[in-house]
Amino acid sequence: MLKIEQVTKIFGGLKALSDISFSLAAGEITGIIGPNGAGKTTLFNVITGIYSPSSGRVFYEGKDITGFPPEKLARLSMVRTFQGIELFGQMTVLENVMVGLHTKSHSGIIASALKLPGHLREERRIRERASYWLEFTGIIDLATTEAANLPFGKGRLLEIARAMAIEPYIILMDEPAAGLNSRETSDLAELIKKIKDAGVTVALVEHDMELVMEICSRIIVLNLGHKIAEGTPREIQENEKVITAYLGED
Amino acid sequence: MKKEMLKFFIFATIIIIAPVFIKGGYLMNVLIFVGIYTILAVALNLLLGLAGQISLGQAAFFGLGAYLSGVLTATYTVNPWLSMVIAFVTVGVIAFIIGFPILKLRGHYLAMATLGMGIIVYIVFNETVDLTGGPSGLSGIPRLSIGGMIFDSDLKSYYLVWFFTIVVILLSINLASSRIGRALRAIHDSEVAARIMGVNARLLKVEIFTCSGMFSALAGSLYAHTVTFISPTSFGFNVSIELLTMVIVGGLGSIYGSFLGAAILTLLPEFFRAFQDYDIIVYGITLIVITMFMPGGLVRGVPFMVLSMYNKLRPASGSSGEGG
Repeated sequence: MLKIEQVTKIFGGLKALSDISFSLAAGEITGIIGPNGAGKTTLFNVITGIYSPSSGRVFYEGKDITGFPPEKLARLSMVRTFQGIELFGQMTVLENVMVGLHTKSHSGIIASALKLPGHLREERRIRERASYWLEFTGIIDLATTEAANLPFGKGRLLEIARAMAIEPYIILMDEPAAGLNSRETSDLAELIKKIKDAGVTVALVEHDMELVMEICSRIIVLNLGHKIAEGTPREIQENEKVITAYLGED
Repeated sequence: MKKEMLKFFIFATIIIIAPVFIKGGYLMNVLIFVGIYTILAVALNLLLGLAGQISLGQAAFFGLGAYLSGVLTATYTVNPWLSMVIAFVTVGVIAFIIGFPILKLRGHYLAMATLGMGIIVYIVFNETVDLTGGPSGLSGIPRLSIGGMIFDSDLKSYYLVWFFTIVVILLSINLASSRIGRALRAIHDSEVAARIMGVNARLLKVEIFTCSGMFSALAGSLYAHTVTFISPTSFGFNVSIELLTMVIVGGLGSIYGSFLGAAILTLLPEFFRAFQDYDIIVYGITLIVITMFMPGGLVRGVPFMVLSMYNKLRPASGSSGEGG
């Protein structure tokens, strides 16, 4: 599905990622954990084309996608969410998800300005699909709310709904539980499982260990830009290197 | 959607019947310019209000449209309609080519680059004397005509200009509420998130810049053929700033706001003539007051003011009702 080969990212003199290799299995939930500054978000930024790696390659379904810009990856059905949610604040909740259907529609600037018949049909379809994803994430009753006025937890759900609208094969979530209360976190766990059950491969960076241990079938641990462990939740919990990275040496 | 269409029909109807109440005269002449500046303000609003990209050089496209139309017809006796089409397409191509490098820039840098573009074009109008007539201008531009009817009176010119203005408004409303409009607003709010959703931000920004330039060129052609005389001062830096003021005073992102802004900034100086030498000061103060107290522009500020005044009056009348 997704294969990372010896990815290194250097900022100035600082090695944010060194020689990271792993692959994500299709249809599974993989957790990427590590202490602050481990390079988790940088790794996501490299995979999703926000940064280019200094060296190394990223493969997606056997295709070399290293350095592909995000908009091209969206067309290959790869999507992500952000740590500090990135909503389109001045647009309604429904409109936010409708933007998620950008790759599923085709009307150009001229067809849109002239309101050609095909364009109207497409608009209706976009609206219906967007409503479906709002129902999927349970925020359909907020459809007409301006996104900037959403409470944080709902904003996160909207970001997921919008990402799901592109009908991704793979979704990368950057700390989806950050800032959520325990009730919202357990709802999120259910939602992520539901996404997996829909056949989507999930990768998530997360600090909430309970959540990670509950829903991930594989875990990758980063520390100071290096991969220090990979395995099932049980293996990771017993791994000496991981314990040391988190708790420090005795 | 339907509400949007109703609003448009009411607007179009008012424009069509307005001359009946105005009965010609000087105001009629001013309203022709309101129409031309509405096109320009709407064009800038597509770029600034929708996509969040600033341009301080819109007058360049306005001027290019006017000069292409003017030179082609006055010097080379091309048919005015054909020259309009040529100007429209040529400016589109120019905007598209300039757009690619220039829209890589953001914020203040984009402002500076577009400012430079405006100034360069202004200098070209002034210096290429053989072609444009230089600072003394270009005269003898023919009027537009259909069949045997020439658009020579203020009334005829009014309908000619406002026909195009209404078309531009309709196209812009459609665009704003479409897939492309949503993508542009998404770029405005978070470019990185828009790109993650598959929006080709780079190309779309260039496309809307081109569209904005082409509408401005159309306004320029109309200006040339209705005024029949053009000179560089009509397309200088101050015009770009005035357009920016229209968009902001009217309300960023609102198409009708752009009309309001264009109308007020064109009409106010006429009304303020009564203040004689002090008119420019009164004009300036009015703009400052509007932007200070209505940061969302007239189109949002006025309804808000009316509503809050109504709410202030209501409790008073309610309590007196209880007392009685």
